[in-house]
Amino acid sequence: MDNTDFFQGYKGRSLEVLKKFSVRVWGQAEMNTTRGEFKGTILPRSSNDDDEHIVMKVITGYNIGIDINTIIDMKEVGYKKANYAIPEKQFPYTKGLPHVKLFGTGGTIASRLDYRTGAVIPAFSPGELYGAVPELADICNLDTEKIFAVFSENMGPAQYIELAKAIGREIEKGIDGIVIGHGTDTLHHTGAVLTFMCQNLPVPVVLVGSQRSSDRPSSDAALNLMHAMKTAGHSDIAEVQVCMFGPTSDEYGLLHKGTRVRKMHSSYRSTFRTIGDTPLAMVTREGITPIKKNYNKRRSDKNVVIKPFFSDKVTMVYYYTGMKPDVIDALVDAGYKGIVFVGTGLGHVNKEIYPAIKRAQAAGVHMYMTLQTIWGYVQMYVYDTGRDMMAMGIIPAGNMLPEVGYIKLSWALGQTDDHEEVKKLMLTPINDEITEREPYNGYLVYQGGVPEVEEFIKKVRK
Amino acid sequence: MKKNQFEPYSNYLATMKKAGYVPRKEASQKDYDRIGFMSGLEVHQQLLTDKKLFCHCPAGIFHKDEEYDAEVIRHMRPTLSELGEYDGTALMEFKTKKEIVYRINNENACTYEVDDTPPFLINRQALDRALEITILSKFNVVGEVHITRKQYLDGSIPTGFQRTAILGVEGEIQLKNKKVRLIQLSIEEDSCREISDIGHRRVYKTDRLGMPLIETVTYPDMVNPDEVKEACDYIRFLNRSTGKVRTGMGAGRQDVNVSCKGGTRVEIKGVAHTKWIPELTHNECFRQWSLLLMRDELLSRVKSPEKWKIDYAFLDFDAFKITHPAIKDARDSGQKLVAVNLPNFKGILSWFDQPGIMFAEEIADRLKVIACIEKPNMVHTEMPQQIITPVDMEIIKMILDSDEEKDSVIVFWAPEEDVKTALETIEERCKMAFDGIPNETRKSFEDGTTMFERVLPGADRMYPDTDSMPIPLAPEHIDNLGKNLPTDVADRLSEFIKLGIPEDTYHYLLSKNLYPYVKLAIEELGVEPKSAGKLFGQHLKYVDGHFDAGDGFTYDKILELIKFLKDNDLHCPLGKKMLPELYQHPHMDFNSILTVINFKKRTKEELFAQIDFLAEKFNQEAINNTKKNKADWIMGHIRPMAEGNICLTELKSEIDNRI
Repeated sequence: MDNTDFFQGYKGRSLEVLKKFSVRVWGQAEMNTTRGEFKGTILPRSSNDDDEHIVMKVITGYNIGIDINTIIDMKEVGYKKANYAIPEKQFPYTKGLPHVKLFGTGGTIASRLDYRTGAVIPAFSPGELYGAVPELADICNLDTEKIFAVFSENMGPAQYIELAKAIGREIEKGIDGIVIGHGTDTLHHTGAVLTFMCQNLPVPVVLVGSQRSSDRPSSDAALNLMHAMKTAGHSDIAEVQVCMFGPTSDEYGLLHKGTRVRKMHSSYRSTFRTIGDTPLAMVTREGITPIKKNYNKRRSDKNVVIKPFFSDKVTMVYYYTGMKPDVIDALVDAGYKGIVFVGTGLGHVNKEIYPAIKRAQAAGVHMYMTLQTIWGYVQMYVYDTGRDMMAMGIIPAGNMLPEVGYIKLSWALGQTDDHEEVKKLMLTPINDEITEREPYNGYLVYQGGVPEVEEFIKKVRK
Repeated sequence: MKKNQFEPYSNYLATMKKAGYVPRKEASQKDYDRIGFMSGLEVHQQLLTDKKLFCHCPAGIFHKDEEYDAEVIRHMRPTLSELGEYDGTALMEFKTKKEIVYRINNENACTYEVDDTPPFLINRQALDRALEITILSKFNVVGEVHITRKQYLDGSIPTGFQRTAILGVEGEIQLKNKKVRLIQLSIEEDSCREISDIGHRRVYKTDRLGMPLIETVTYPDMVNPDEVKEACDYIRFLNRSTGKVRTGMGAGRQDVNVSCKGGTRVEIKGVAHTKWIPELTHNECFRQWSLLLMRDELLSRVKSPEKWKIDYAFLDFDAFKITHPAIKDARDSGQKLVAVNLPNFKGILSWFDQPGIMFAEEIADRLKVIACIEKPNMVHTEMPQQIITPVDMEIIKMILDSDEEKDSVIVFWAPEEDVKTALETIEERCKMAFDGIPNETRKSFEDGTTMFERVLPGADRMYPDTDSMPIPLAPEHIDNLGKNLPTDVADRLSEFIKLGIPEDTYHYLLSKNLYPYVKLAIEELGVEPKSAGKLFGQHLKYVDGHFDAGDGFTYDKILELIKFLKDNDLHCPLGKKMLPELYQHPHMDFNSILTVINFKKRTKEELFAQIDFLAEKFNQEAINNTKKNKADWIMGHIRPMAEGNICLTELKSEIDNRI
């Protein structure tokens, strides 16, 4: 056994001190210091923390740190290694319940603590999930597969393609619904990419995460999982959807289209919002209540079409006042084939960068315009600047969300370089990434108080 | 058949006697030694800070139950602890399936309180104030502060855990006759205040949530109820001596741990006044002692307790003539009526538990807390006044096949979905009786009794807080904080004694942290120590108890008053008369106060001049003309005018001289 097993996370001076007194991590230590005596179990230390302190758990369960400069003497009087595992129980099979497949990608939906880094690490199996959320067994029969374990921000083209193919395989096998556990930061990117890659879905594909890791009692993970399983197994909506808290309260979840959803708060439970439309449906443990009337219905065939394409030569440019042309030039010179602009107002950038845009057009770069306002449509006919930009090859992307624009252009350029074909792919909606109409209540609905606010806006002219 | 009629109340008294219960006033150290009284404390004290501990909301702004801007609903689920175990309380709370509602007022709570924003960096003002108290309590200060999560599934904190951190371990305090060892001091965020808890719904408000708090934990070194109070007062006085803690209702609260010989550590939660401590600890210790005797009785009856189990049957409401309003309500709202047979439990339900409370109440309490069935929630065969008629009880016993001579029967009512938990709860509590005293926390009442609150949580519920980094405490910083500390409470006490300040003032002087003012009055303003002690410890206490303080009243005003008296050559007793006015109207100038109390400046000569005239008058009118009566009568007349102008002793001797 190598030394790191005895001194997990300790380095430099603190490691020297532990070695000097032959005290191990998980050893029960008695310390004599200039600040008095301390007794407790030595814990692993987060590798990012300094090398000036040793962490111990005292008998009352608290952790404390001891400054190594104060240590006079220390001895190990016992040893008890902690063993933490979610109690694993066989996930029961119930005849008559739908079969749901849960794909694990990482993130905080099911997790436990890592004491080396002090961080939350993803971990689950059907048994562990059943141990943690036994209610799931009343909803569906569950099978799980950990496809990869990455944090949400590390999801990328390779993972998108792998995930799309895995979905295809499960549908071939006749699954009733698919749930994907996913970190929340880029959940909406994955929602969009799967909508484009997995077309003509016969069953629901539900992306779910949690804003509070499941190592805390107030976690939203358990309820989100129940809602997602309910949706995957029982919902009639055969689309890629994101299932997260509606209000911050433990009340109901909302189902959002993968192409219209966005993370809108860094830490709220109800962080996901449908933009430019109403959410698809509300979900509780009892069932699904559609908000939108039209959606793709569940089918019994297996005719899913998997289009696993993705180009990594697409970028996004968030316009700011005073932007210099060299920013665009540099991207073009670096070989980017597609640029999604995120423009001001109705879709604008300043004149100063026009030369660079012209240069990009000449280099054959595909350019699309989306909006910083997030809500509303690109409208480049209203002002001259808009018309100028269209003349230089920038195509308005309707009310497509900026991140969705980026994902879709990457997907389109993964298939073809032809400008007309790309344009056709971009502007032909696959599932409402561009909508023809924005409903009156899309922007107004405070998503989390759906029935209450609907009632309110019936009466009040806002 | 009726020859050995069982009398529940006689049984209650007999078992009380068996335990050797004596009321506290009659109890001696010998009684406590006999049952092995042992007690320790967890003293909570809010710190005086501008903001909360982990967010930037103002601290100390409270709102009424109905004044809120939003409600948030949460449910709590148990999680694994760092060492891989589920905590006992966690499982119990999960069983109760409570819906927790938080009322939020925008003035004093933000998204942090409802767990929608991660913690901000710890409030340094709070940390430093807590560290000062840590040093003052002679703790070994840690090198690095680790924020830990302590699980609370009762919903009192929306995250499901309290952020808390140890600042010091192994301290001590010096009481009158002994040293009490301290286990640790922690800084933590305060919890929500409960508004209501009915059925499956518990409502909290979040105004107090997140306010900085310290907790001082003692070893169980106290061996009688008065000692527990003394230690608690000491810790509270020590905290207050810094002048950096909050005072007033709820700013200081304590949990008191009690056990008897062979008993279990039971925690009495949230005792608001130290004066309640003696009665509570006394009763708790005897409760445990009595339940241990009950255990012995049960073990003598039941040879294999692990096999002991209840029997039950659903009853038909319509088969009985129901008069009890609670049972009627249960019937009318479609609840279930369930009879439970407790084999070999005859005489156990009426066993002495606490003054006025029998063991059956322990079961009823758990039905309320765990199964969420509001009280009254059951009747049984050992109630002093039977609610179910003997005839009906005979039928019920027949249904259960209950043994008249050996068993007892409980009948409870509950919504159908709660029946399972209720049955488990009854069986669980009864089985615990074979082991002795369950590990639990208990809620305290003013009459000195307690009721079950929660299963006592263990160290299993502690997790590292992954949202926070460890905070190193540099030696220079600790040294600096140690430089400006107030003197020890123990030293203050011995100084009071040395100065001859009356003992009955100590409690008030220390609890209001008036020591610095008394010192200033003596040292800077030359007030005689005894008078200074009386002014702050008796007169101010009286005024404090009888009038409302005006806006802007501070103790500095009293020092100003003393200075005013001194500068105007007035005597200290006048201060006593002026104090009520000053207390209520702190902005009134001192001369106006003198007018209000009808004070007139008079010289010694003016006052003395009246003696001869009054003596003459007394001679004419007196019925019983003794020298003493004469002196008193004259004194009584001159005194109101003299007070403040001259020393009354001087007046007295002048009178004595002249007559």
